[in-house]
Amino acid sequence: MDCNKETVELMHKYLDGELTKDEEIMLREHLEDCEECQKHFHELKRTITLIKSTDTIHAPNHFSTSVMKNLPAERKGTKYVRWLKMHPIMTAAAIFFVLMSGSMFTAWQQDSQLTVSKQDDLIIRGDTVIVPEDVIVEGDLVVKNGNLRVDGKIEGDVTLINGKMIEEYEIEGEGLMASVGEVNGEFKQVDRAFEWIWYHIQNLFKNIFSFGD
Amino acid sequence: MDMIIKEKIKQVKKGNQAAFEDVVLYYQDKIYHHCFRMLGNAHEAEDIAQEAFIRAYVNIHSYDDRRKFSTWLYRIATNLTIDRLRKRKPDYYLDAEVKGTEGLDMYSQLASTDRLPDEEVQGMEIQNFIQQEILKLPAKYRSIIMLRYLEEFSLQEISEILDIPLGTVKTRIHRGREALRKKLRHV
Ligand SMILES: [Zn+2]
Repeated sequence: MDCNKETVELMHKYLDGELTKDEEIMLREHLEDCEECQKHFHELKRTITLIKSTDTIHAPNHFSTSVMKNLPAERKGTKYVRWLKMHPIMTAAAIFFVLMSGSMFTAWQQDSQLTVSKQDDLIIRGDTVIVPEDVIVEGDLVVKNGNLRVDGKIEGDVTLINGKMIEEYEIEGEGLMASVGEVNGEFKQVDRAFEWIWYHIQNLFKNIFSFGD
Repeated sequence: MDMIIKEKIKQVKKGNQAAFEDVVLYYQDKIYHHCFRMLGNAHEAEDIAQEAFIRAYVNIHSYDDRRKFSTWLYRIATNLTIDRLRKRKPDYYLDAEVKGTEGLDMYSQLASTDRLPDEEVQGMEIQNFIQQEILKLPAKYRSIIMLRYLEEFSLQEISEILDIPLGTVKTRIHRGREALRKKLRHV
């Protein structure tokens, strides 16, 4: 047998656990007689032991926190989905009530007109509802399919459905202005069909058994 | 443990981002270690290991549940390290060589402050020598040697991780072992 090639080949097959019975016998018999191959075989096995003996290095302390911080934002809506999944009976009941209370999906799709729950003293300019500087709205305000700019004051909750709060706006010649009004109540923004349904479900449950948050 | 990780990944696939942190915590040491051994310096290792987890998260839907998650994750990490090695300019290798001795500096600092017994210092020097020799192997051998002997993947799994034929894995592990044998025989 050619020591330098065939036997070394067998040694590697042995190390990979792929020797046949015959090959194993062949290798063992050769090693018994050949000191040089014995040495080679011993060195190979020792090399593997040395490789395996190196210490494991640990990831830095902040590693996982840092990964989590750099992940893309969680898809909107999953939070709701998770809540719904955790409360299957409530969900089933809610869906039933929602379906019974009218075809909301079609309502959502068809109804794209700007509506405001209160008209008095408010200005509607294009798709924006403006609470003028000297106006105080007493009570809750709901704006649907439009934006809201508050220069005055709202003494109640604000709900925006499919629209946004305008915090800065441009006046010709004067540049960017910041809205200076205030809302003394809860602010809610609903801009997806799903969240809209969620909003209705919450209202429904609030009415049935004061279901919070 | 595999079952727990499987369950966590299911949750991640459903959009539960928080569940991913447990996956990171479970694999972070292994992946970081793998990157460190591939790249030879702590800064790059952290960078690439982080990137590997972020990519795994972003592409989680392309992971097939019937296969081993670790194989999939190591594949991402290994590809990123090989990519990084390729992008290094030739003179960066010199740099890497110097950076690779970070560990050595740390050990010698330890040695001087804590006054470790000679034997232990010697043990550390041997460790460092072995690591340096592994680091000097061409990346295509190094990755296989590490996946086999530090991560303990089977040759078949390594062929999947690296996306190369099993026969090539066998040839390379053979050559890698021989190259290291020649360098480590006098240790
Ligand atoms: Zn021989």
